[in-house]
Amino acid sequence: MIATRDAYGEALLELGNANEDIVVLDADLSGSTRTSKFAKHFPGRFFDIGIAEANMMGIAAGLASSGKIPFASTFAVFATGRCFDQIRVSIAYANLNVKIAATHAGITVGEDGASHQALEDIALMRSLPNMRVVVPSDAAEARKAVAAIAREAGPFYLRLGRPKIPALGEQPFKLGKANMLREGSDIAIIATGYMVHEALKAAEGLQHAGISAEVLNMHTIKPLDKKAAVAAAKGAGRVITCEEHSTIGGLGSAVAEALSQEYPVPMRIIGTRDTFGESGKPDELLDKYGLTAAHIAAAAKEMVR
Amino acid sequence: MEAKEIKEKAKQIRRWVLKSTTAAGSGHPGGSLSAADIIATLYFHTLRHRPEEPDWPERDRFVLSKGHAAPALYAALALAGYFPTSELMSLRKVGHMLQGHPSVKTPGVEACTGSLGQGLSIAIGMALAARLDRRESHTYCLLGDGELEEGQVWEAAMSAPKFKLSNLTAVIDRNRLQIDGPTSEVMPLEPLAGKWKAFGWHVIEIDGHSIPEIIAALSHREEGKPTMVIAHTIKGKGVAFMENVVSFHGKAATPEQLGQALEGLE
Repeated sequence: MIATRDAYGEALLELGNANEDIVVLDADLSGSTRTSKFAKHFPGRFFDIGIAEANMMGIAAGLASSGKIPFASTFAVFATGRCFDQIRVSIAYANLNVKIAATHAGITVGEDGASHQALEDIALMRSLPNMRVVVPSDAAEARKAVAAIAREAGPFYLRLGRPKIPALGEQPFKLGKANMLREGSDIAIIATGYMVHEALKAAEGLQHAGISAEVLNMHTIKPLDKKAAVAAAKGAGRVITCEEHSTIGGLGSAVAEALSQEYPVPMRIIGTRDTFGESGKPDELLDKYGLTAAHIAAAAKEMVR
Repeated sequence: MEAKEIKEKAKQIRRWVLKSTTAAGSGHPGGSLSAADIIATLYFHTLRHRPEEPDWPERDRFVLSKGHAAPALYAALALAGYFPTSELMSLRKVGHMLQGHPSVKTPGVEACTGSLGQGLSIAIGMALAARLDRRESHTYCLLGDGELEEGQVWEAAMSAPKFKLSNLTAVIDRNRLQIDGPTSEVMPLEPLAGKWKAFGWHVIEIDGHSIPEIIAALSHREEGKPTMVIAHTIKGKGVAFMENVVSFHGKAATPEQLGQALEGLE
């Protein structure tokens, strides 16, 4: 059980050793975002900007325009909502090589409550031209994603989580290419981030109920692997998407945008429903807000029948 | 270049500001004219740059944080040789390069700006990168005074002294007017020099239309500190009917007014 943010901290360290152009910025949360490891090893290439996210994004833009590869980290709520315009104009419009690596995304932030639970960050980042969005589903994938976005020029939003989560096992990682984790013929479940785990659990349960479910790990939400989404829709004829994010503007929207234009099939979008979260334990919140295998399985049964 | 020649360049910049904004039928002549002497001094005296090689890594950087003064920046870039001056007459026109506010797609433009308050942070990033690479390059940033109302400016103000950025010089075009009226009424900024000093900057106050004073301020270096130049200017400087007139913040001269404006330029 390793959190994706822990993997991020480790991956940054490796990158820092391999490439002198990697620089890291944080906004007074380096212990929580795990950038503190990089800070300790490379103090000259780490900049704590203090609790000033807008300034951090601007400084990252300036570093990138001079050839550096900045990773700017803070919690997902602050990284996206608080400085949307700075990301929009200073970074995305200029198509700069800034990597926004945000931790504590989604409802699994838990006890800190709604103010700290980013449920609209994917929607915000996905809407920006030039910006690409990656949501790893476990630590190994997070590591690979960090390396991949460092290699690829241009702005990225990397969405990471707070809690420790299980490993899914070795998967290949190619930006923009979904991973088929399980084949199935009755329904296709397209999931991202932590919800990939719940989707796999749901698929297993469904098998006992005689429903064959395919599971696709859509780690890159933008650019979306439309080919994989369309193939899933063609194969199963029904699609469920799952994300630890609002049903407005996230993975579900991205898949619906693609399928509605290329191969429309009945769809359900699993996510939080136009609501803020609340304080509680991650597991309790996932259950209360409809983000568990049981909810996915129920939706699948309803669609197949 | 001598002060007299720089003044002549500033005059040419002002001519192009007026001509290009009138051709566009929109734009921001007031704050472009107030900044013309500062921008002329930067491009024709202070900046180490190569118009024929805009990406020369050793170049000095200039970030126009008050992006609405783009017409003055574009004129300076064209006059310096980054692109033909004929482009200036296509300002703000669809399918052309010169956007209403600066975009990095234009050769010589270092940052996308126009949403106020963002440029100083970008300049800090550039100055940090220069230090990491042990490059001599100096970074300059021009802010508007109304722009200082944005909170991000003060986040940046706090951070540049932390990093002891002696390779960073910011300039405030202190023309005392913004869209809704005098800055003193919209949002009082004084004591402005005191604020920047308190944040840890070396502060110099100058007449922003005196080329020798601009030269001296821009070449000043303070050990271990960024420098802030408060340049006292006149909005609409050089065009009698525009000087200190709020409405010319964001309104071009009419074709009828243009002749009079160009004739009156000193």
